[in-house]
Amino acid sequence: MDWSYVSDHWSQIMERAWQHTILAGVPLVLGLLIALPLGWLAARVRWLKPPLLGGSGLLYTIPSLALFVLMPVVLGTSIIARVNVIVAMTIYTLALLVRTVADALEAVPNAATQAATAMGYAPARRFLAVDLPLATPVIASGLRVAAVSNVSIVSVASLIGVSNLGIYLTSGYDRQYWTEIWVGLVSCILLAIVFDVIIQVVTRLLTPWQKACVA
Amino acid sequence: MINQIWTWLTDGANWSGDDGITHRLVQHLWYSGLSLLIAGVIALPLGTWIAHSGRASWLVTAANSLRAVPSLGLLFAASMLLSSKFTGDTDLPYLVPSIIVLTILAIPPLLAGAYSGVREVDPAARDAARGMGMTGGEVLRQVELPNALPLIFSGLRSATLQVIATATIAAYIGLGGLGAFLRDGIALNEYDAAAGASVLVAVLALAADLLLGVVQRLVVSPGLRTTRTRTRRNRRADATPAAAALGPTNARS
Amino acid sequence: MIRFEQVTKSFPATGGRESMVAVDELSLEAPTGQITVLVGPSGCGKTTSLRMINRMIDPTSGRILIDDQDIASVNPARLRRGIGYVIQSAGLFPHRTVVDNVATVPMLLGTGRKKARDRAREVLELVGLPGDFAERYPSQLSGGQQQRVGVARALAADPPVMLMDEPFSAVDPIVREQLQDEFLRLQDELGKTIVFVTHDIDEAIKLGDQVAVMRVGGRLAQLAEPAYLLAHPIDDFVADFVGRDRGYRALGFSEAPNLPMSNEPSVPLGTTPEEARAATSDRWLLVVDEEVPQGWVEPARIEAPIEPSMLDRGGTVARVHGPLRASLDAALSSPSRRGVLVDDDGRLVGTVRAADVVQAIERVERPEIDPAEIAPTAAPVE
Repeated sequence: MDWSYVSDHWSQIMERAWQHTILAGVPLVLGLLIALPLGWLAARVRWLKPPLLGGSGLLYTIPSLALFVLMPVVLGTSIIARVNVIVAMTIYTLALLVRTVADALEAVPNAATQAATAMGYAPARRFLAVDLPLATPVIASGLRVAAVSNVSIVSVASLIGVSNLGIYLTSGYDRQYWTEIWVGLVSCILLAIVFDVIIQVVTRLLTPWQKACVA
Repeated sequence: MINQIWTWLTDGANWSGDDGITHRLVQHLWYSGLSLLIAGVIALPLGTWIAHSGRASWLVTAANSLRAVPSLGLLFAASMLLSSKFTGDTDLPYLVPSIIVLTILAIPPLLAGAYSGVREVDPAARDAARGMGMTGGEVLRQVELPNALPLIFSGLRSATLQVIATATIAAYIGLGGLGAFLRDGIALNEYDAAAGASVLVAVLALAADLLLGVVQRLVVSPGLRTTRTRTRRNRRADATPAAAALGPTNARS
Repeated sequence: MIRFEQVTKSFPATGGRESMVAVDELSLEAPTGQITVLVGPSGCGKTTSLRMINRMIDPTSGRILIDDQDIASVNPARLRRGIGYVIQSAGLFPHRTVVDNVATVPMLLGTGRKKARDRAREVLELVGLPGDFAERYPSQLSGGQQQRVGVARALAADPPVMLMDEPFSAVDPIVREQLQDEFLRLQDELGKTIVFVTHDIDEAIKLGDQVAVMRVGGRLAQLAEPAYLLAHPIDDFVADFVGRDRGYRALGFSEAPNLPMSNEPSVPLGTTPEEARAATSDRWLLVVDEEVPQGWVEPARIEAPIEPSMLDRGGTVARVHGPLRASLDAALSSPSRRGVLVDDDGRLVGTVRAADVVQAIERVERPEIDPAEIAPTAAPVE
C-alpha cells in the first residue's frame, strides 16, 4: 500500500468521489420520485399491480454492463455519455422501489387510514399526511438497499469509460497496482456507508415517533 | 443502429467457432451454474442451520454487508491475488478467481433466503409439528423447508441475476462467456457486437429468471401463494436491513 | 388416566429474566374418558403443565404417568404420536391441503397415503367439514374452520389422550360457542381423556368434567367439578376468579325437575285478528309455526293476519328438562312473564312462571361441601 499515492491524488479522488455521488445519488432521488406515484397506483388500483410490479421486475433483471451499453441505442447518446449511466441507474432504482413503495403503502395500518378518512381528509391530503409518513420506514429500508446497490453498480460504468471511483479499479487492474485497487474498493465502500447513514438520519428526522422503537 | 445489432445477431458466422455466440453462451451458463451450485451447497444448509438452531445469526448480517463491496473491485482483486498462483497453459488463472467471486456474490442472497424462509415459518405450525410427534429432521423436511421455499426461491432468483450480471463483467479478467463480446466490442469500437451481446445477456438473465419463476410455481405449494404477500408485508414492516435485503431487492452489478 | 405427581418446573434465569417457577409441586389426576380443564390467569403455569404431558417441556422434578407408565421413559416423538395436540392458532401447515394436514399423524405412524387420507376425510366429516373442504388450503378457511381442522388433525390417529391449549380462544364469541357445543357432542361420542387449558372460567365450567383452578406461581388452588366450584370456592382467589353471578351460573348445572307447567293457548302464523282475539283473554298470545314457538303478539293491537314481522321476539325458549338457568331466563325474558318450554324437537310443551322456577330452585340441593375443605378455624371462606 502506497500511502503517498493517496495524498498525491487526493483532489482527484475527491473529484471522482463527487462524480460517483452524482451518478449514484441523482438516480436515487429521481427513481424515488417516480416510484412514489407508480407504487401508489400499484397499491391502489388492483389490476395495475401485476403489470407495474412485473414490468419493473423485468427491468431489474437486465445486467448493468449490458444496460449501459444499450442505453445509447435507446437515448441516441454517445456510449461514454454520463446520462446513459444516470438513466440506467434510475431504471434500477425505480425497479427496486416501485415494489417497496407498494408494499409499504399496503402495510400502513387500515385503522389509521380509515380514521383519517373519517376525520375528513381528502384522498390526496390523506396520502401526504398519513399514508406516506407511516410508510416511510419501509420505503427508507428499500432506499437503503437501492443506495448501496447503486454505489456498487456505478463503478461498473468505468468499464465503458465513464469517470467515477471505479476508474481506480480498472486502472489498478490494468497496471496490476494494488494501491489503486485498495483506493477504489475502500472509497466505494465508504461512499456506500455515507449514503446509508444519510438515509438513516433523514428517516429518523422524518419519523420521530420511531425513536422509541429503534432505541 | 438497431439494424446493425440485428445484422450482428443474425449473422450465422458470429454464432460458430470458439469465439462464436453459441460457445460463449454455453460458457456463460456453465460458469453461472457452477457458481450457483457451489454457493447453494454452502449457503442453503448453512442458512437453514442458522435459522433452525438460532446460532451464529451474525453470519447472515455479515454476509449482507458484503453488498457494499463493488463486485468489479472484488473481481480485479481476486484475479490479481490468485491468477499468478496458477502457471502453465490452463484456464485456471482466470477461472478460479472468477468462480470464487461469483460464488461469494451468490452466497448472501441464498443465505438470507434460506435463513429468513426457515425463520419465518409460523411458530404455531412448528409447535404443532413437534407436538404431533415429528422428530427434528421431520419438522425440517416436512414443515420448515416446504414453507421456506418461497423465500429460498426469491434468494435463488436474486443470486442468479447477480451471478449472470457479474459473469459478464468477469470477461475483463479473462473469463469467456458473453461478456467477452462486450469487452472486445467496447475496446475495438465494434458497437454492433457489444450491443448485440448486451441484448443476449439481457435475454439470458430474463430467461433464467422466468425459468426459475416457472420452477417455483411448480415446486412451491399453492397454499403458500395466497399468504405470501401477507408474510412479506409483515417482514418488510420490521424494516430490518436483513429483511430488506431479500427478494429482488439485492445488490447486484 | 393422566397423573401428575408433585411436578415442578422451574426455568433458569436467562438474559435479564430472573429464574422462575412455572409449576410448583402440582399433583392431580385427569380421569380416563373425561375432560379436565386447567384454568387460571396468565402466568399460572397451565400451558406449561399441559406441555409437560407430551414432553414438549420436561419437568424439573416429579413425574407424570399416563396409565401408570412414567412418560419420562417413553421416546418423546413416539409419545406425542399417541397424543392429540390442539393449539390456539391451530398451527396448520400452510403448504398442505386440509386433508393432508389431517393425515399427518397417521402417515407419521406409517399408514399408507391413501388410507391416511381416507381416514382424514372421515374425521373431517366428524368435525363438520365435509366434501370439498378437504382439498382447500388453510389460508382459504375462516378462523373457526381452521380450528376444526386443528381438532380433526389431533383426532386423526384416534389417540386416547388429547391435549388442547386454548383451542377456541382465537375465534369470535359466536363461533366459539358453536365449537364448544360441537366439541362436547364429539366428546360424548368419543370419550377421550382430555386435558384442556383455558383462561376463560366460563369455558372451563361449560366444558370441564372437573376444573383445576391454578394460581400465579404454578400452584393448584382447587380441583373440583364445576358445580362444586361455583358453590364452594375454597378461598378468595378462587371465588374472585370464578367471578360474580356464580349463584346464578350454578343453575346452569341443575337439570330442571318437573316444573308446574300451564297449557299455553297458541295460534299459527297467518291467524286473523279476530281469531287471535278469540283465542285468549290475556294481553299476550303465543304464535307458533308447526308447533315451534315463534314469538308473542298483542291481539288487541293487530289489524291484519299475523306475520313474522309483527312478533315480539324478546322471550327465550327453554327445554323442558334443561338447566334451571334456562327455564328461569325464559320466564324472565318473556313479555307475558310466562316462560316458554319446548321438547327436544323444539315443539311447544307449555309455559312456566318465574316464581315456580324459583321455588324449584330452592328445592334443588347444592353440592355437599367436602368436610375436608371446611376450615378448622373460624376464618370465613369468603
